[in-house]
Amino acid sequence: MGNIAFDLAHLLAGGLVLVSFMMLYQDRLYALLNVFALQAVVLSAAVAWQALIQDASHLYVTALIALVFKALVIPGALHRIIQKLGIHREVEQVVGVGTTMLAGMGLVALSITLMLSLTSAADAIAREDLAFALSVVLLGLLMMVTRRNAVSQVVGFMSLENGLILAATGAKGMPLVVEISVAFSVLIAFIVIGVFLFRIRERFDTVDVGALDSFRGEKR
Amino acid sequence: MLLDVAISCAAFLLLLAVPAVALGSRPFASSLIYALSVIPLAIVAVVGVSALLGVGEMTTAVLPVGLPWLGSHLSLDALSAFFLVVVGLGGAVTGVYAIGYGRHEHEPWRVLPFYPAFLGAMVIVVLADDASTFLLSWEVMSLLSWALVLAHHRESEAQKAAYVYLVMAGFGTMALLLAFGLLAGGEGGYAFEAIRAGKRSPLAATAILALMLIGAGSKAGLAPLHVWLPLAHPAAPSHVSALMSGVMTKVALYGFIRVVFDLLGPLEWWTSPAVILLGSTTAVLGIVYAMMESDIKKALAYSTIENIGVIFAALGLALAFKASGLTAPAALAFSAALFHIFNHMAFKSLLFMGAGAVLNATGRRDLDGLGGLIGRMPVTSFLVLVGVTAISALPPLNGFASEWLVFQSVLKSPELPQIGLQILIPAAGGLLALAAALVAAAFVRIYGVGFLGRPRSEAARQAKEVDRFSLTAMALLAAICVLAGIFPGLVLDTMAPAVHAMLGSQLPLQAEQPWLTLVPITESRSTYNGLLVMVFIAVSASAAAWMVHRLASRRLRRAPAWDCGFPNADPATQYGAGSFAQPVRRVLGTILMRAHEEVKMPPPGDPSPARHTVHTRDLIWEEIYLRIASTVNVIATRMNHLQFLTIRRYLSLVLFSLVSLLLVLALWN
Repeated sequence: MGNIAFDLAHLLAGGLVLVSFMMLYQDRLYALLNVFALQAVVLSAAVAWQALIQDASHLYVTALIALVFKALVIPGALHRIIQKLGIHREVEQVVGVGTTMLAGMGLVALSITLMLSLTSAADAIAREDLAFALSVVLLGLLMMVTRRNAVSQVVGFMSLENGLILAATGAKGMPLVVEISVAFSVLIAFIVIGVFLFRIRERFDTVDVGALDSFRGEKR
Repeated sequence: MLLDVAISCAAFLLLLAVPAVALGSRPFASSLIYALSVIPLAIVAVVGVSALLGVGEMTTAVLPVGLPWLGSHLSLDALSAFFLVVVGLGGAVTGVYAIGYGRHEHEPWRVLPFYPAFLGAMVIVVLADDASTFLLSWEVMSLLSWALVLAHHRESEAQKAAYVYLVMAGFGTMALLLAFGLLAGGEGGYAFEAIRAGKRSPLAATAILALMLIGAGSKAGLAPLHVWLPLAHPAAPSHVSALMSGVMTKVALYGFIRVVFDLLGPLEWWTSPAVILLGSTTAVLGIVYAMMESDIKKALAYSTIENIGVIFAALGLALAFKASGLTAPAALAFSAALFHIFNHMAFKSLLFMGAGAVLNATGRRDLDGLGGLIGRMPVTSFLVLVGVTAISALPPLNGFASEWLVFQSVLKSPELPQIGLQILIPAAGGLLALAAALVAAAFVRIYGVGFLGRPRSEAARQAKEVDRFSLTAMALLAAICVLAGIFPGLVLDTMAPAVHAMLGSQLPLQAEQPWLTLVPITESRSTYNGLLVMVFIAVSASAAAWMVHRLASRRLRRAPAWDCGFPNADPATQYGAGSFAQPVRRVLGTILMRAHEEVKMPPPGDPSPARHTVHTRDLIWEEIYLRIASTVNVIATRMNHLQFLTIRRYLSLVLFSLVSLLLVLALWN
């Protein structure tokens, strides 16, 4: 059991990083949302597996929240927003795919070497989880930096938060209240950002954040 | 028991701020609050004295407030007891003074709430027995005194003073925070008990000493961190100035003594020259500035800096002797420091009260607008004369006794094994002697120009004696000055437990000496008898007066005053503040203040007056503080464009800083 437990946890966490990489090169918004939903599914599977091997029933609630909100509600809502805004055809990329992927690989390498050397005292599952979680966080941040469309920045933010949840569940004894409040705050952030998306759109006829810069008289 | 009483008094003072806010502008509020503040402070002083005399045991208490895992540790030991006397006595007498003085306050609600809480915070600082309580009450004390400095917030001078004070207080507290961090070490024991037990390397101990010199030194007024003091102390209402100069600087010294002599453990001998030299140069600098200053309250504030310098020099001497295991001279220097702390509380409060009385009577603080007050405010003038004599260290008053002890300990320096200290300490003693002489000159100037001669302004001509409360308070302090000067042995015996608690040794018991003689080391070496000097002065002065009256011609001769070839001359022809300072300004001011004089003679035939102007510069302010300020300004201007980045740039900044921190961490391992 011990080996399978570790292998499967490793697989799921690694899958999360892989999906993060997939998100980096999606230049269509709908495809991006689909990959994001996939990441949420993988996350929920990873959390559920943690619940099983840690014998912590409250983690099932976390998994369920991740599945319902992140895999269904948020992608659905973003889908509708994109439709309403009529930007589903837009293709955007600030930095080239190759550069982004190379940067992403560098970040993953950094976080793994760092975390594995720092947490040598912790048990193996937690170490792997933390290393992958940091990678997901960094990749989410990288995605926010490389995108210009506000919707994809929101998706980057959400995927960053997936990394946090992975880290939180990997460590034993994180209370449920903390996880629920994190999930809830992300939801609130999503709502606020959604509202802002529409406001930006109303004002500037675009959700390209570059328009905000030009409005402020800045050059890109 | 004693501790509980002291804590209740402090709590009462802190809570007194609430009714003070509520009553605020009512006409009776001011007298009521000040009167109520007198009682707990008098009790605090009594608690301190009884703890020193060994009545009731010294205890500790833990209050369930403050940091959750620490609480508030408070304790009463001999050192706290001594400083409780200083705070309690100074605060109580100032309260009596304020009952009268506070009536003249235009906006009493800006002073009343902060005043009692400020005193309460100082009591807590002295009682604190863990780092968090100490730092918290220290900061409360700083901020409340800052609010008091801002009481007259419409004057631009007060605004500038408060700003400089706030910056310096924050800087000082940061140094204290770092010092306590180093003291607590890796284990993080923040109770003083745990800190006392800890061991630390000589390097860490030296760093802590340096941080304490910055933290407590800036609050006390050690050069070159003194710049806020001559701005802030005069800007506050006079009774608050008396508290800040007379009491708060002492609380700062308490912090220094508590850490350096009690918590820190042994220090290397080569750390003491820094303290001695800083102290003695502070003394000279402070009094030279006081000599040049024509604002009476500012001059008093500069003189506070001088006294703090003397006390720091004495403490440095105690450190030097202690490091070499010479316990008796260490006890002598430390007793001298404590005695001077007590004395300075008494005469500096008295002088600030006198300045406040003059300010109330005339509305003026500049010496050149005063004069002739001895005839119009005889009681105030007499009491200020006592204070001036005491601060100038003239026997038989208390200032002489403590400064004499300081010099006695300087004279013990040949016993030190280190040749460097043997050379350095007499040199520092020379600086102290220079400072002592200049003090006398500075206060002759203040008294002579401010109180003697003829009035230099209409306001001074119209001056009236101040109210009874103010006079009572000043008389109390003057009595303390005289009594502590005549019976120094009594004071030294009372404070001996505090010396013993810090150094493990004390002066020989003075009560055993015949005829109230002060014998710091042995009778064959040096003795001083205040009573004898007093009797001698009284007898010889009376005899001289008797002989003058007896032998002189009885014929009465009336002549115009100051009629030295200038009949009906303007009061401006008298010696002024600037003219009195001129000799010292020419000798020392040209170096220390870059003073130069400029004479503008009109060309022949031009009837306009000739002008004589003196230009001085505050080198410490210009060369250190203004440079730092302009550097900060340049950096801030350069960084300004960071406020106007695009969202993606901000995100990139976050990413890059995160990644570079992670990289540093990865390379570190």
